[in-house]
Amino acid sequence: MSVIADLPAQEGPELATRLGLKIDEYEHIMRILGRVPTVTELYMYSLMWSEHCSYKHSKKYLREFPTSGAHVLQGPGENAGVIDVGDGWAVAFKMETHNHPSAIEPYEGAATGIGGIIRDIFTMGARPIACVDSLRFGSLDKPRQRYLFEGAVAGIGGYGNCIGVPTVAGEVYFEDAYEGNCIIGAMAVGLMRADSITRAQASGIGNKIVLIGSTTGRDGIGGASVLASQEFDEGAEAKRPAVQVGDPFTEKLLIEACLELLDADLLVGLGDLGAAGLTSSASEMASRAGVGLDIDVSAVPQRERAMQPFEIMVSESQERMLAVCTPQNLDKVLAIGAKWGLLSTVIGEVTDTGNFVVREGDAIRAEMPALSLADEAPEYDPELAEPAYLKELQNTDLSTLEHPAGLDALTTHFKELLGSHNICSRRWIYEQYDQQVMNNTVVLPGGDAAVIRIGQTGRGAVTDRGIAISADCNGRYVYLNPRRGAAIACAEAARNVACTGAAPVAITDCLSFGSPEKPEVYWTFVEAIRGLAQACRAFDVPVISGNVSFYNESFGQPIYPTPCVGLVGTLDSLDQRCTIAFKDAGDTIVLIGETLDELGGSEYLKLRFGLVAGDAPALDLELERAVQEVVRGLIRKGISKSAHDCSEGGVAVALAECAIAGRMGFEVALDDGLEDAVSLFSESQSRIVVSCAPDDTDAVLDACEARGVPFAVLGDTGGTWLRIVDKVNLSLAEATQVWTSSLEDAVRQ
Amino acid sequence: MPPRPRPRPRVAVVVFPGSNCEQDVAYALNWLGLDSAYVWHGDHSLDGFGAVVLPGGFSYGDYLRCGAIARFSPIMDAVTRFARAGRPVLGICNGFQILAEAHLLPGALLRNAGLKFICRDVALRVEARCDWLDAPTGSVLHLPINHNEGNFVCDSATLDDLRADDRVIVRYCDEEGRTDGVSAPNGALDNIAGITNAARNVFGLMPHPERAVDPTVGGSDGQLVFQSLLQQFTQEVF
Repeated sequence: MSVIADLPAQEGPELATRLGLKIDEYEHIMRILGRVPTVTELYMYSLMWSEHCSYKHSKKYLREFPTSGAHVLQGPGENAGVIDVGDGWAVAFKMETHNHPSAIEPYEGAATGIGGIIRDIFTMGARPIACVDSLRFGSLDKPRQRYLFEGAVAGIGGYGNCIGVPTVAGEVYFEDAYEGNCIIGAMAVGLMRADSITRAQASGIGNKIVLIGSTTGRDGIGGASVLASQEFDEGAEAKRPAVQVGDPFTEKLLIEACLELLDADLLVGLGDLGAAGLTSSASEMASRAGVGLDIDVSAVPQRERAMQPFEIMVSESQERMLAVCTPQNLDKVLAIGAKWGLLSTVIGEVTDTGNFVVREGDAIRAEMPALSLADEAPEYDPELAEPAYLKELQNTDLSTLEHPAGLDALTTHFKELLGSHNICSRRWIYEQYDQQVMNNTVVLPGGDAAVIRIGQTGRGAVTDRGIAISADCNGRYVYLNPRRGAAIACAEAARNVACTGAAPVAITDCLSFGSPEKPEVYWTFVEAIRGLAQACRAFDVPVISGNVSFYNESFGQPIYPTPCVGLVGTLDSLDQRCTIAFKDAGDTIVLIGETLDELGGSEYLKLRFGLVAGDAPALDLELERAVQEVVRGLIRKGISKSAHDCSEGGVAVALAECAIAGRMGFEVALDDGLEDAVSLFSESQSRIVVSCAPDDTDAVLDACEARGVPFAVLGDTGGTWLRIVDKVNLSLAEATQVWTSSLEDAVRQ
Repeated sequence: MPPRPRPRPRVAVVVFPGSNCEQDVAYALNWLGLDSAYVWHGDHSLDGFGAVVLPGGFSYGDYLRCGAIARFSPIMDAVTRFARAGRPVLGICNGFQILAEAHLLPGALLRNAGLKFICRDVALRVEARCDWLDAPTGSVLHLPINHNEGNFVCDSATLDDLRADDRVIVRYCDEEGRTDGVSAPNGALDNIAGITNAARNVFGLMPHPERAVDPTVGGSDGQLVFQSLLQQFTQEVF
């Protein structure tokens, strides 16, 4: 039997173009097949060779990341990376964006983003234990941005809460650059025993391929190619049908059923159906094992009538998994599916041909080498050109700016910064998320990083170890200096984790950029990768998973280059954890690190002068590493009672956040010789504010001196006022009020 | 022959499709030294168990209405018999919603007044005792809430009964224990966070005591809810 030709040769190029393939790519497909492709084949190639699935514009430079290390059990290439976290435990994690769907339909876009990343985790055999969100929107002054923000947060909560996975950390920025193209990044973390990693492979000739979960419909057809691999224009609303709808209840059942299948050792391989649906899941599983597959689409349970074979093969209907098992285990597999009320259907089997065969009953609709779909997508090396804006912005003269002077004016600005949407409390967001389910959240959202206890409480297996998680990226810094800005994203994530007492182990990255076909955009992408890679080497944190999202543009305007970093670190003893809150009145406050005249890219500059200009703050990776090691050491010795990194809003905001969290004021002096506003609000890197008992002050200073790290004793905790001598005088109550309510006030305006 | 000590009764933790706090409840019980076992919603019997907990989560995805489908699960007949026999039944969050749908507790839980899911620690004033909570009346507990539908309502006759019989067990309050002029985070009628049935053996509450048993993760006030169960069982055994 041979494949049924259903695409006239003269119509091939037109359909290929409509599906987003280039003519060169179409010709390449003809060479692989030695004939005109069928409609089904062309659809399958168009999805698998889309930017979203094939990384054809990014592969070359992604190879520059360090991806291995002593703790890495699984690097990039699987559904998620896995690290060893000690005592036989391993942690799987990955971050992905769902930007384009969310910009059209925020609730479902964000919800299905969570669903997809969660499936990537339990596919590896890990029980999902934490979610993290990384969000970017335009200004909340605009009603549509409020709609997107509220919808996305509700969607993340609606999905994550239902499946019983706590959302424990996150980050959000509001910048005009994201107005037409929001970023909805979701990171998921899972826990498993180190010896039980499952891989998405379809090995074993004659083994059965079982589709588990939801029925297949026409939703999300072409999601990867139509939505994720093109930029937005006036037609965006018409793309709404390409957004999938989430069903978290089915996802919860899938988690339990799949983990039960893996626990019982009934599966040979397990893969999830994400972008490009059955096509990508099946072809990747086959290509990893070097086998062929024979799938009958008429066996696939369908929720709509008269679906064409190509529709079934590329549908992105959510909450579906593909399992491979031996014929002997098939009955047991189907029984577990039935127990959880899930459809489980044999749709094909593993063959020794190396070909991916799609049949509809007896009729063969597609037949191509499985490898060619997954691994033979073209690879591009686009043109690079430094954007013209860079030098101009970096060279902006900030020395002539007129800064506020005197206690009252500075206090007013300080208060405004506390209420800035990029700085204020994120409570309005995280209170919509279940942060605690699983009884392992040791440090809740609101600090520098979340801390999760390692253990399976439901099985009584609890340890004294923990992991710390942080997601970071200041897109403004990356816009002003792509290489350094990306390195700062990694440095800040590592610093946040260090402030809990944990040591960074590995990262996942989520690289959101404009169109790679624009040399200026592509240049920022390559620079960002190099900066990130450099920082990863400095902190010895390999990249174990990630995702690239291009074409984040609207009406020709790209977003800020946004290489978001999700970092996981380990804590050997939960007793040695630290939080940002001031603990006891009369403690000494020490600034570890040094404030420089660096207002470039700062929130202060944006808020007071409406400026996004200057260069990103300097980053000395050696100093950064030393600062983190000093603080981690102080926490482990029990000397540092609180630790908080200085980021947006500078040391002034960092001090305020420690005070608000600890419900305790402070009185400090900043004697750094800088202009008052610079001293307060400069966003110099590699700075951490710690507090300690007065008797321990010398130990803090000794630790700094031993590593050659600059420091300054600032003052003491206590009282009900935030006092920075000659610069700021604000009651704790007022600061708390402004900082806490700002986001909610903005949404409700 | 001396009487052999009876094994300590086990606590059944019912698992519905979509439950997601069953492991947390089992962990909390275990932490306090109480044996527990999961009971699948499709089972029909609670024989051998000394108490039953319906845990939180999203049974059947909370589709249709919270608890509306779960109340028809096969195990609910056994739970009803268990409750009518005067044995201890606890419903936490979604479990409370299921007990209300099953008419083992009065009233209903509507969508939060602010139309948002809320996860945060709240202060609760102990108003009365029941088989599950044995804390001094007027004391203030801190427990996390975590729900989208915790807005308790009932008709005025039911409210009168609840008040007259001291069946409101916990109310949302401020840090000083005041409820006057303090609105419930979810808009609940009369600040009601937890109630008991007339026989005081069935207790439903929206806050999550199981999240506040192990101090490493969330305080210890939740211990009180399970501690009284431990005492009862201990009395039964010895």
